[in-house]
Amino acid sequence: MMPDEISRRTEALPGEEPALLQVEGLSHYYGERLGCRDISFDLWPGEVLGIVGESGSGKSTLLNLLAGRFPPSSGTIRYRDAEGLTHDINSLSEAVRRRILRTEWGFVHQHPRDGLRMRVSAGGNIGERLMACGSRHYGNIRSTALDWLERVEIAADRIDDRPTAYSGGMQQRLQIARNLVSGPRLVFMDEPTGGLDVSVQAKLLDLLRQLVRGLGLSVVLVTHDLAVARLLAHRLIVMRRGEVVESGLSDQVLDDPHHPYTQLLVSSILQG
Amino acid sequence: MTTTVNSADGASSNQPSVAYNFAYLDEQTKRMIRRSILKAVALPGYQVPFGGREMPMPYGWGTGGIQVSASVLGKHDVFKVIDQGSDDTTNAVSIRSFFARVAGVRTTTDTEEADIIQTRHRIPEQPLREGQIMVYQVPIPEPLRWMEPSEAETRTLHALEEYGVMHVKLYEDIARHGEIATSFDYPVLVNGRYVMSPSPLPKFDNPKMNQCPALQLFGAGREKRIYAIPPYTTVKSLDFEDHPFAVQQWNEPCAICGATDSYLDEIITDDAGGRMFVCSDTDHCFKRVAGQSLSAASDEEGEFFTTEVDSSVHERRKK
Repeated sequence: MMPDEISRRTEALPGEEPALLQVEGLSHYYGERLGCRDISFDLWPGEVLGIVGESGSGKSTLLNLLAGRFPPSSGTIRYRDAEGLTHDINSLSEAVRRRILRTEWGFVHQHPRDGLRMRVSAGGNIGERLMACGSRHYGNIRSTALDWLERVEIAADRIDDRPTAYSGGMQQRLQIARNLVSGPRLVFMDEPTGGLDVSVQAKLLDLLRQLVRGLGLSVVLVTHDLAVARLLAHRLIVMRRGEVVESGLSDQVLDDPHHPYTQLLVSSILQG
Repeated sequence: MTTTVNSADGASSNQPSVAYNFAYLDEQTKRMIRRSILKAVALPGYQVPFGGREMPMPYGWGTGGIQVSASVLGKHDVFKVIDQGSDDTTNAVSIRSFFARVAGVRTTTDTEEADIIQTRHRIPEQPLREGQIMVYQVPIPEPLRWMEPSEAETRTLHALEEYGVMHVKLYEDIARHGEIATSFDYPVLVNGRYVMSPSPLPKFDNPKMNQCPALQLFGAGREKRIYAIPPYTTVKSLDFEDHPFAVQQWNEPCAICGATDSYLDEIITDDAGGRMFVCSDTDHCFKRVAGQSLSAASDEEGEFFTTEVDSSVHERRKK
């Protein structure tokens, strides 16, 4: 066996859970322009994978491909669902893909406005996924919404306010609650702390770390902020010009960067 | 137009007085609309696109309903039009005389007698019978539109039966008002499959659509959609387990006929806060009054209106 085949085993060892997400040779082109090229990795249950790189390096393209938002030019994404069945995301029917999206996956956008219904109250925003999954009991939906507001540290009396009346940080926390309420197994996050001021960022990161650990979530996290990556991610993928230039454990990559580009990234963190 | 329009009284002669094709639309157009209607009947609650035509009236006045009526109207049918339940509002009178002229059909205000009833806002109080066709004028056919502005997305939601978002609207109602405050255009699930908008119907009439013996056709002229509920189809109003669907209720009976089980309109009678509640279905109300002591009731009614008018005139003179 080739060494990289060993490192990317797809069969579960006895007594170990198999990979949740298996990505192989994923490439995407926007016409002539490269989005990302030949990306392969496995994501294990409970693991937080950070994708870092500068603006335009293909991070968001990769995240959108993973979440099945558009089909890749080539390559496969396999997802193992809660029942242990493995699906090829891009050959699934739209009905099944959307069902997985709203029951087993979550997607946290950088801008809460993209991920929230701004004209619907906070309670309705959180309740939407429950109702999409068939919940038809108002009292239960509301108490679940209240429970989740508390978990993301939003006062219970704000449940009937619209997100437009929330601060940016609250909107982002609301978006997270809306995604986690249906108990997803895999959450995609696109710069979840982007656009927030530093103190709010710190609080949100703390909250995210708590939730992710507590719920045993698997997360694919896109960020350009290496501090965020270090705090949340177990493993990092460093991207540049659509390709992976380095990958490994977060501390390893950040403390001992091998690739010149990673070294540049790490050294460019502002020291305070 | 080759003939002078000197009479709207087409009902008395067999030939319409104006040189239009029977029921205004040409035969090819009617065939096209009938094909859409057949498809709509085969897929209860599904919105079928059709090539909507310009009609001699503005959008929002019932151009969808009038095209559907024109397509299903036969020479010997009896035609009734109601607007807000009333037979004598401007729109109802105009559409009735339109078809009397261009199709030469007999028109009526009697629900029992009518074969085709074109309506805006109401289903008659009198139960419909087999063989009748209800034609609804629909302004916004898409029930999901309030939550989801994208047409591509709402079509996908219908196709995949993803209707959770409809309940978000009802959730918002309860959160805001303590009950489901949507009182018209209340979404229904047709035949256990498609969520459908019952046009601007008050939710009072929603239960009448369920297992209705008549064929119900919905036409949206501006959006160019037709949908249908075939006879004896299950129509369920969406609700929550702990907030079940309920219809409106009134504290007083109809001021004219005394009905306690009909849909009442509030009518402002003067500038001093005077108001009365009367049946919105005029045919139903008149029949009930006729059934009661005829002369007494009409006298009272006449007196009532005269005094009200007099007092308001007095008020104005004082100012």
